[in-house]
Amino acid sequence: MTEIAPKPVLTSREKVAATLRRRYRAEMRFRAYGLSAVLIGILFVVLLFWTIIHKGYTAFEQTYVQLEVSYAAEDLDPGGQRAVADLQAANYQLPVRAALRAAFPAVEGRSELKKLYGLVSGSAEQTLRDRVLAKPTLIGQHEAVWVLADDRIDMLAKGQIDRRLPESDRAVDDAELRMFDTLKAGRHVEIRFNSGFFTSGDSREPEQAGVLGALIGTFLTLFVTLVISFPIGVAAAVYLEEFARRNRLTDLIEVNINNLAAVPSIVFGLLGLAMFIQFFGMPRSAPLVGGLVLSLMTLPTIIIASRSALKAVPPSIREAALGMGASKVQMVTHHVLPLAMPGMLTGAIIGMARALGESAPLLMIGMVAFIVDVPKGLTDPSTVLPVQIFLWATSPERAFVERTSGAIIVLLAFLLLMNALAVILRSRFERRW
Amino acid sequence: MSTSIATPSDARRVAPSRGSVSVSGAADESLPGETLDTKTVGQVSVADPVMGARVVNVHYGSKHAIHDVSIDIGRHAVIAFIGPSGCGKSTFLRCLNRMNDTIEGAKVSGLITLDGQDIYEKRQDVVQLRARVGMVFQKPNPFPKSIYENIAYGPRIHGLAATRADLDEVVQTSLQKAGLWEEVKDRLDHPGTGLSGGQQQRLCIARAIAVDPEVILMDEPCSALDPIATAKIEDLIDELRQNYAIVIVTHNMQQAARVSQRTAYFHLGDLIEVGPTDQIFTNPRHKLTEDYITGRFG
Ligand SMILES: Nc1ncnc2c1ncn2[C@@H]1O[C@H](COP(=O)(O)OP(=O)(O)OP(=O)(O)O)[C@@H](O)[C@H]1O
Ligand SMILES: [Mg+2]
Repeated sequence: MTEIAPKPVLTSREKVAATLRRRYRAEMRFRAYGLSAVLIGILFVVLLFWTIIHKGYTAFEQTYVQLEVSYAAEDLDPGGQRAVADLQAANYQLPVRAALRAAFPAVEGRSELKKLYGLVSGSAEQTLRDRVLAKPTLIGQHEAVWVLADDRIDMLAKGQIDRRLPESDRAVDDAELRMFDTLKAGRHVEIRFNSGFFTSGDSREPEQAGVLGALIGTFLTLFVTLVISFPIGVAAAVYLEEFARRNRLTDLIEVNINNLAAVPSIVFGLLGLAMFIQFFGMPRSAPLVGGLVLSLMTLPTIIIASRSALKAVPPSIREAALGMGASKVQMVTHHVLPLAMPGMLTGAIIGMARALGESAPLLMIGMVAFIVDVPKGLTDPSTVLPVQIFLWATSPERAFVERTSGAIIVLLAFLLLMNALAVILRSRFERRW
Repeated sequence: MSTSIATPSDARRVAPSRGSVSVSGAADESLPGETLDTKTVGQVSVADPVMGARVVNVHYGSKHAIHDVSIDIGRHAVIAFIGPSGCGKSTFLRCLNRMNDTIEGAKVSGLITLDGQDIYEKRQDVVQLRARVGMVFQKPNPFPKSIYENIAYGPRIHGLAATRADLDEVVQTSLQKAGLWEEVKDRLDHPGTGLSGGQQQRLCIARAIAVDPEVILMDEPCSALDPIATAKIEDLIDELRQNYAIVIVTHNMQQAARVSQRTAYFHLGDLIEVGPTDQIFTNPRHKLTEDYITGRFG
């Protein structure tokens, strides 16, 4: 018979010690979970940024081709008046084509010539027109001019077209390849910073398309959104939090605000279409209407964030103010609002960031149209960055791929800028102690 | 400030209209015509009170927190409210400057007068009332602003200082009266929240007296403070008595004995006994008061 060892009598301290190891292990495990969650998050962010930047950075570069242009007076200004209207109306395709033919005298035949002419962008004519208009004395002279390359040539220059593919699968055929190589060998091809990307509006031609129109459209739309939703949101939150009595009505309002925050954004677009455009007769595709629609969308977010910021202000501050004989409005404006402001700003920025990335409701009110001109006011037709990205992403040209990513980079930069602004504003409003 | 305010005798004329019949205990015989329907033992009324409460009831929703409390607050004197936790001391105190208005569901009935005028009257402006009846809270609650701004806030919103120099003057005298001037005069622009707990509480007292009130209500002003800070505040209360009527709620019996001239004992929403402090502590007339101050419960 085995002797049963007397059960050791553990003191409380020993019992605690026995559980300690288990507790520490649980804590380690918990930390590991948390850390891995954070790391996975960071990994995805890095991956996202890497793919977008990797794909998109080439959008900030552009291939230029140098042409030896002669501005023949008989082509451009047969009348010899040098009148602005004449120079404006002149056919600048002639000198462009002549320059190309001069560079490749051996090319002959309709189809071959077409390929030759296709090396440079359609904007080459515009470039020459601008130069001549700026300096009419150019007529009758020669000069070397850098003009935009066609988008396919641009892709080729940036190495985004695989030369080893069979000719039929390639966007540029052998003849074009040869011409490009010749130009390149003669140092007539150059890749430069693509300033046009930031200074022009949309275009059907990828090499001429830029984000300025969308950027200004976004800016105007967000401006309207902020100007409308922030004051209204803060006022609503202050009223509900500080002045309204708790009753059925305020409960109902509260539930509705929470529900509104969860409404799919496209519904707000429909509402905007029905209300602002059809009922009030506001212009389509305008940042004004876009801003109004996005305000509807951001309002609940701002109200909810502002209310929780107000709730976080300690009641003792309110009592102190009221006890001093401050009226309720004074209590709110002198003490509660300044303390809640950082939280409210955060809410506003979150709402604005969401609005910045929104495209669905704007499609409904016509901001998806193809708009070349940069908007000059709140009622000019315009588009916004996310819609521009959507438009480019659905375009067939290979060169729009990098521009899509380029526009996404601009959008992200805009977002970072807004967040930086939020941080600055927050720290300014935050109490200095 | 007092042009529209009725004389104290008006209060006495108004008070009996509450349908009062009998006085148990001893209501003040020196005030003929006043009969108080009160169970309170001791002398509820005083000659020339700054504030008076008659048959005050407070409900929080369905909870009846204060039952038929009648009491006068004398000028240039300290009255202490004592009683077990939850008996309604704070509730009654907050009636005196209508801070209960800010609590949803709180209902106050009865008559409370300040210099003879009903403070719950429609015409009474709460803002003006709170300028005349200041309050110091249990937890020091300075504004998250500079020391200077903390004091200057009241005079500024009530338009008491015309110029910057006036304001500087008010700030200095208030801080001096609160015994804080020497400690903070070199750092008036520092945050009020950066002071020690005791200093913060004195800052709050300075803030309250900056608007030159007639009455100062203090709800357990020393409960968060150490004995040294407490002693300073008690000294301060004793000094302030020269100029203000002070109502102090305290759980500290010694403190009540040290600083007050009259003491009121509350129990479960009833005002059980009121009397001169030394009498209450040496010779309480009601059984409940005696039990409480001898530490048998509370
Ligand atoms: N805002 C409120 N809503 C509902 N009931 C309340 C409220 N404030 C106080 N009461 C109730 O009223 C009664 C009196 O409370 P009060 O705060 O006046 O007590 P007190 O005497 O100040 O207690 P203590 O000494 O603990 O501060 C208590 O029963 C309390 O639960
Ligand atoms: Mg209390």
